[in-house]
Amino acid sequence: MFNSYKVNTLQYVPELCIGCAMCWTVCPHGVFAEGKTAQLRKQEACMECGACALNCPTHAIAVQSGVGCASGMIKAAITGKPNECCDCS
Amino acid sequence: MQTTDATAAEVPILPTSSVLTWKNRWDHIQARWRWKRGEHRVMPSLYSIGRPTPDSPVLVSANYTLSFDALRTALYSTDAYILVINTFGINVWCAAGKGTFGTEELVERIETSGLAKVVRHRTVILPQLGAPGVAGHLVKQQSGFKVEYGPVRAEDLPEYLKTHKATPEMRRVRFNMLDRLTLAPVELLGYFLYLLIAAIALYFWDGWTGSLMVLLAIVGGTIFFPSLLPWLPTKDFSTKGWSLGLVITLAVVLMDTLWLNADASTTHKILSTVSNLLLWPPVTAFIALNFTGASTFTSRSGVKAEMRSYIRPMAISFILGIMLNIIARFL
Repeated sequence: MFNSYKVNTLQYVPELCIGCAMCWTVCPHGVFAEGKTAQLRKQEACMECGACALNCPTHAIAVQSGVGCASGMIKAAITGKPNECCDCS
Repeated sequence: MQTTDATAAEVPILPTSSVLTWKNRWDHIQARWRWKRGEHRVMPSLYSIGRPTPDSPVLVSANYTLSFDALRTALYSTDAYILVINTFGINVWCAAGKGTFGTEELVERIETSGLAKVVRHRTVILPQLGAPGVAGHLVKQQSGFKVEYGPVRAEDLPEYLKTHKATPEMRRVRFNMLDRLTLAPVELLGYFLYLLIAAIALYFWDGWTGSLMVLLAIVGGTIFFPSLLPWLPTKDFSTKGWSLGLVITLAVVLMDTLWLNADASTTHKILSTVSNLLLWPPVTAFIALNFTGASTFTSRSGVKAEMRSYIRPMAISFILGIMLNIIARFL
């Protein structure tokens, strides 16, 4: 109840992992644990920034990245312009 | 000014230092208060700090003064190069999210700065939060430079540069009390005009109680909410904000019924209590929901889900509250 953050778009195919260490290095929330190959440890902590997927050379990780910003989305819905985070400077 | 011997450069290397001038500090204050947004820029270029040699590290930064200055002040006892890439005056993390702190710009800037002639090694150190915009393996492919992700915060760089290994702590973004409180006054400022208009209007409508209510609902959302974030119940920002708004409203309602308007009729007291409880918690909840973008951990999927669940109930509750308030006024 009252947790909208249980589900996100992070997907990981361990079979494709070559253990290059990039994902657990770049993740700011420790979603992946270090190992011979990457271990998906805390899926719920993912904020969908997309750093791991972009830096994964074998495309073992996919995520629909974007900014989790309500006012940006509301602004986008009202103006019809693409969603850009409002307060980022 | 002076360039290092090895460069004898065709492309100038601008000298910088880790010292902040008063002008820098004034610029930081302006930037924090979102004054002249987009104008807090550093010229994209290669910079030298200390007395770097061709073996010195190269650190990449955004051309936002707060980013660049955080980096150079952290390098007070380091000889290094700083490569500032053009992010249009936006900080590293947000620019990476937009893709301007990105593979293409980095590769191009490595090229145009003549970096390959300045240093002997082939490594550039990026802030970890640049990673959402930069594909390390593609930079290597296209420029010959290996991307190394340094710590999240520039302040950890001196420690990091000793071993080129970051501790797990250095790899995590945080959102501690100080981080959150830095944002609070500016959040309040963003709502100030609404607050002022509503407070004056409500004074004439409802007396001091109304003004106090709107003041506390908005201060609650912009100051109390960020401060108390980790301790408010539930995980969703909307419900956290709603709970906080409920406590605030109850406090004002108690004060109103027991003291300020103690002699009003019971019907009026009940109606105005119910109307306040419907009206104000959603206001704080909505402001809280809007704080998701300022936080360092909410996912887009999660925020979307929050909006789907709560925007409608908030709006309905708010409108019902206004209607009841009008009815109560004429009883």
